[in-house]
Amino acid sequence: MKSFEYVRAESIAHAVTCCSEPGTKAIAGGTNLVDLMKLQVETPKRLIDLNSLDDRDILESKGGLRIAALASNTEVAVDRRVRSDYPLLAKAILAGATQQLRNSASVGGNLGQRTRCPYFTNIDQPCNKREPGSGCGALKGVARIHAILGASRHCIATYPGDMAVAMAALDAQVELAGPAEKRRMVAVREFHRCPGDTPDQDNILAPGELVAAVHLPPPVGGRQLYRKVRERSSYAFALCSVAAIIDMKRGRITRADLAFGSIAPKPWVDERLTQLLVGEQPAMSLFVKAADVLVDDARGVGDNDYKIPLVQRTLIATLCEATEVSS
Amino acid sequence: MSIVINSVEYHLPNDPRVSLLDFIRDHAGLPGTKKGCDHGQCGACTVILDGVRVNSCLTFAVMHDSCEVTTIEGIGSAEQPSALQQAFVTHDSYQCGYCTPGQICSATAMLAEIAAGWPSDATENLSAQPSLSDEEIRERMSGNLCRCGAYPNIVAAIREVAGTGE
Repeated sequence: MKSFEYVRAESIAHAVTCCSEPGTKAIAGGTNLVDLMKLQVETPKRLIDLNSLDDRDILESKGGLRIAALASNTEVAVDRRVRSDYPLLAKAILAGATQQLRNSASVGGNLGQRTRCPYFTNIDQPCNKREPGSGCGALKGVARIHAILGASRHCIATYPGDMAVAMAALDAQVELAGPAEKRRMVAVREFHRCPGDTPDQDNILAPGELVAAVHLPPPVGGRQLYRKVRERSSYAFALCSVAAIIDMKRGRITRADLAFGSIAPKPWVDERLTQLLVGEQPAMSLFVKAADVLVDDARGVGDNDYKIPLVQRTLIATLCEATEVSS
Repeated sequence: MSIVINSVEYHLPNDPRVSLLDFIRDHAGLPGTKKGCDHGQCGACTVILDGVRVNSCLTFAVMHDSCEVTTIEGIGSAEQPSALQQAFVTHDSYQCGYCTPGQICSATAMLAEIAAGWPSDATENLSAQPSLSDEEIRERMSGNLCRCGAYPNIVAAIREVAGTGE
């Protein structure tokens, strides 16, 4: 591992000042960053350790919850309020990684985790995300786990996480601390970005900006499901996942908030699905139509073509389960 | 700057690159904790850090000033094995034994998590006290790989200690 300077954060302002300087990275749980440093995918000159900051609680706020960025994935998943009012979030977190990793991993770090594209994590391979201009090894390489939506000719990597997919369905907001005195709020749905011509930028964080917290809206009710498809039943990243909040009244769908994981560079939300579903009576024909809309722009590169029918079937199965339509 | 491992205090290293795993093995001289993949994929390095199990390979020792770590050496000894250690012997829950310290640290913490009512991906009702079915044990232990494939006997040992029968 390359040598680096280690600094403990004295305050969030201190952390922001340090992170404004090139070559400095913030560390919290470290489960992704330490690994990438071992692989020399990340080679920070300085690490600022956020664990000394005291903002790490899950507190009631504006009818919802404010989850501090330093709260661990486990602390969120086992929180009584999260389990009863936001079961989707608890399920998504529990579907990811292992207990050991969830105990260490922070909420802020989870949002900022990097792709698991094998060309990104291997410094002997070309990767526009790791080294802009070096090319994309996945485009003509092994691309089973790669994106079918939102990719560009420079990068087809996916955002691999589960937690953020649930947060996107819940339309949670990210609280960002930066050089400006006032903190800004960005929807989780807008936090990650598609690669375009700048695949090295995974998200909208400006230099020096740090995730301070995630705000969950007031409880939304409904049936909350997280369906994750993977190659083994535990401790594997999703091939695709669907987070769904579905509510019904008098036989009609009144809420259909959906987000999809591991099919795009970000948790994928398509508002057209909500518009299509809300107000309708649940039926297989309706769900098939929604699944067709979801993938009308989808494109594989060969290896990952299977994800198109896979995410369609996963969506249909999730909607059937939520509305008790027999599949 | 110091860390407490199995009730003994150690000074933290000067080099921030030292992982908690390397610190435990090479600086504190406690070789029970094993290095398998060194990338958080196998669980051989599992220790209990401030009450929760973690992969000690994925964190730097300097990040744990004033923290308390329990390794396999702190769980029991040949003379006085913990209930889980004894059960692993009884049920032949290993072959080469390399993953065993991580398995036992992990299972020790897992039983505390169940007692605290923490759900897992295998838990049907998130608000109820989780049962300790084989499915739950397997899900909760999925971060600990055993290349010899002793999984059925690992589950049997944990089941015995958890008091959920044969």
